[in-house]
Amino acid sequence: MTAGQTDHAGGDQASSGWIAGAPRSRDHAERPENPAGQPSLPVSDRERQVLDRIDRARRRRPRVREERITMAHGAGGKATQTLIEAVFLDAFRNPLLEPLEDAAQFRVPAPGGGVADGLAGARLALTTDSYVVSPLFFPGGSIGDLAVNGTVNDLSVSGATPLYLTAGFILEEGFPVADLLRVVESMRAAAAVAGVSIVTGDTKVVQRGKADGCYINTAGVGVLPADGSLGVARAQPGDAILVSGPIGDHGITIMLARGELDIEADTVSDTAPLNDLVACLRRQVPGVRAMRDATRGGVATILNEIARAAGAGVLVTEDAIPVRPEVRGACELLGIDPMYVACEGRLVAVVPGPSASLAVETLRAHPLGAEAAVIGSVVADQPGIVRLRTAFGGTRIVDMLVGDPLPRIC
Amino acid sequence: MRFVDEFRDADKARALAAKIAALCEPGRTYQFMEVCGGHTHTIYKHGLEDYLPEAITLVHGPGCPVCVIPMGRVDDAMHLAANPDVIMTSFGDMMRVPGSRGSFLDAKAEGTDIRMVYSPLDSLKIARQNPDKQVVFMAIGFETTAPSTAMTMLRARSAGLANFSVFCNHVTIIPAIKAILDSPDLRLDGFIGPGHVSTVIGCRPYEFIARDYRRPVVVAGFEPLDILQSIYLLMLQLSAGRCAVENQYSRVVPWDGNVVALRAIGQTMELRPYFEWRGLGVISHSALRVRDAFAAMDAERLFSVPGVRVADPKACQCGEVLKGVLKPWECKVFGTACTPETPIGTCMVSPEGACAAYYNYGRMNRNRVPEATVPAGRP
Repeated sequence: MTAGQTDHAGGDQASSGWIAGAPRSRDHAERPENPAGQPSLPVSDRERQVLDRIDRARRRRPRVREERITMAHGAGGKATQTLIEAVFLDAFRNPLLEPLEDAAQFRVPAPGGGVADGLAGARLALTTDSYVVSPLFFPGGSIGDLAVNGTVNDLSVSGATPLYLTAGFILEEGFPVADLLRVVESMRAAAAVAGVSIVTGDTKVVQRGKADGCYINTAGVGVLPADGSLGVARAQPGDAILVSGPIGDHGITIMLARGELDIEADTVSDTAPLNDLVACLRRQVPGVRAMRDATRGGVATILNEIARAAGAGVLVTEDAIPVRPEVRGACELLGIDPMYVACEGRLVAVVPGPSASLAVETLRAHPLGAEAAVIGSVVADQPGIVRLRTAFGGTRIVDMLVGDPLPRIC
Repeated sequence: MRFVDEFRDADKARALAAKIAALCEPGRTYQFMEVCGGHTHTIYKHGLEDYLPEAITLVHGPGCPVCVIPMGRVDDAMHLAANPDVIMTSFGDMMRVPGSRGSFLDAKAEGTDIRMVYSPLDSLKIARQNPDKQVVFMAIGFETTAPSTAMTMLRARSAGLANFSVFCNHVTIIPAIKAILDSPDLRLDGFIGPGHVSTVIGCRPYEFIARDYRRPVVVAGFEPLDILQSIYLLMLQLSAGRCAVENQYSRVVPWDGNVVALRAIGQTMELRPYFEWRGLGVISHSALRVRDAFAAMDAERLFSVPGVRVADPKACQCGEVLKGVLKPWECKVFGTACTPETPIGTCMVSPEGACAAYYNYGRMNRNRVPEATVPAGRP
């Protein structure tokens, strides 16, 4: 940001006439105008040109402009995406990382490039995630549940059957052992429910004040079926978009659990392993194009990822999106859009249009998908843009999340 | 949800759209300014323009609290916050407003103690928890937020809290509206009056608009049906050749305002002789400062602030946008150099800023509802 010239404020500058300056500065505006001062193009055409220019600007290579990391870089929205693409992808670039899906997918090579045997040739999915949620314990779960379910879900929505997890702990000096035992017990229970084993781990302790109690990293590996790969780039016009249940429960629960807002509501985190729900969906609905679990950045971010990767438009209906009244109420009070609030046990699925009702029935037959709904569709017009038909009957854009309304949510 | 859904009823909206379209005189265009940024946000968030005929244009006004804070004041606040004895508290909206050396958020990332609060009263809690620090509240906003700052000061005084002060940037709405009316540049047919400001100041202060400038004013609520109904009420006045101040938001706005809130402001604050508005320049008697009686809570007197005027970046046309002279997308840097993630001007920062609202919600091809078509063949 460049500073303009500066001068000292003084009483003699307390003049009126700020409006009088408007016509002057307007003359400098580099806009096509005819001598009469009237726009030379109809407004809609000029506006269209500006929108096209913005579209090109948004496709430019991302660049991190900040000199330091801000909370927005961890919020899962635009800043996170820029950081990943401009820093991590740029440095680590390879074909497995490039799709930026929830898990990397690869085929196990044969030893020494020889003839395939045993595992060789199998397709695996690999993912990792770190958990820094505050508070560590909240209605409906704890950091331990998130650490297992989050990684299980990243594997599940990429189409894999989760097998093994790792667990790395960063503990702060002075952290109560009783709390650690509670966290670990919740991890054990969550792993048992998801049917995965935690097979290796690591522990580090840092001085008091250098971490906030307990951070956990988990990585997971899963096995992919031989055929039928998934990916948001496979979405195409005519496809239906579904969510598996009410959105925003987790984010709002965490926010209220911090007790900073003096708002009380009976909300409970939705943290849950999605592998069984995903398995049911894939077993019964042919041709599922893509799935994502709606964590940081919420459903809005996933819809934008779909529009961007598929080069298509996305049109969703506000009335169709399930949101619990408590969550909606809290969001209205706080001025937050539930579309951006994190879930930890909800998935967004893209299925071919004709399969939509079968997919909803299948999800609803499962306890974790009882309130599943079709929320919108992939469309051909306005590619790259997510539009929402509001409950009021108007239309607006749903963009990527900017900034960080709810830090340290998972 | 009660108290929300009934104000977002699409059937009622379609019915209103048809009535509004029916009142449009063929060949005539109408420009209404929504003064308040909260209205701008509602209009875009709910896609309200889908319901308006082409003949009606909404012009976005200057009533966005963080949009009007000049760069120099942000720099002053950063200077205050950089003092190691100070904890700065601020509304979330203010965190991303750029000064000449970055925003609060950037300063926070560099280690400056700046904390986001939802209410100024939270600052008192922080002050009690940190008796060895001075807690400075970055007070911004129109008459809407000034009472909460005033009440916080009164509370701090009665609690005998010695380490709480206010960096006062409160502004008043009437001088801004008057300046817009005096503009030779803007042809407005009426005003959608600011609802939240009016809960405090009431509707009387707008009477000069109808009396002296012959423009109708309808004070409006913040749900989309409130605004659509207000546009209908403006059209009714125009078609009947009337000019009056009407109160659509009567469920919240008393005609005479909130006496208690006004008294609290009067006790703690007074008009400044002049104040700089971002993009608009200096307007006399348009802002509030802390009264002498509360000098011990005035951060500007407790600490020295540079008080330097900083010109906006050359490319930035926030001033023209705030005056309603330019539409957001007509600004040269809109959406390319200036975006919500890397804002140059304040209008792109606040959710109530016209540029942010248009960029986040309105940047697309719009299809009007069939009801919003002006019937052909009317005389």
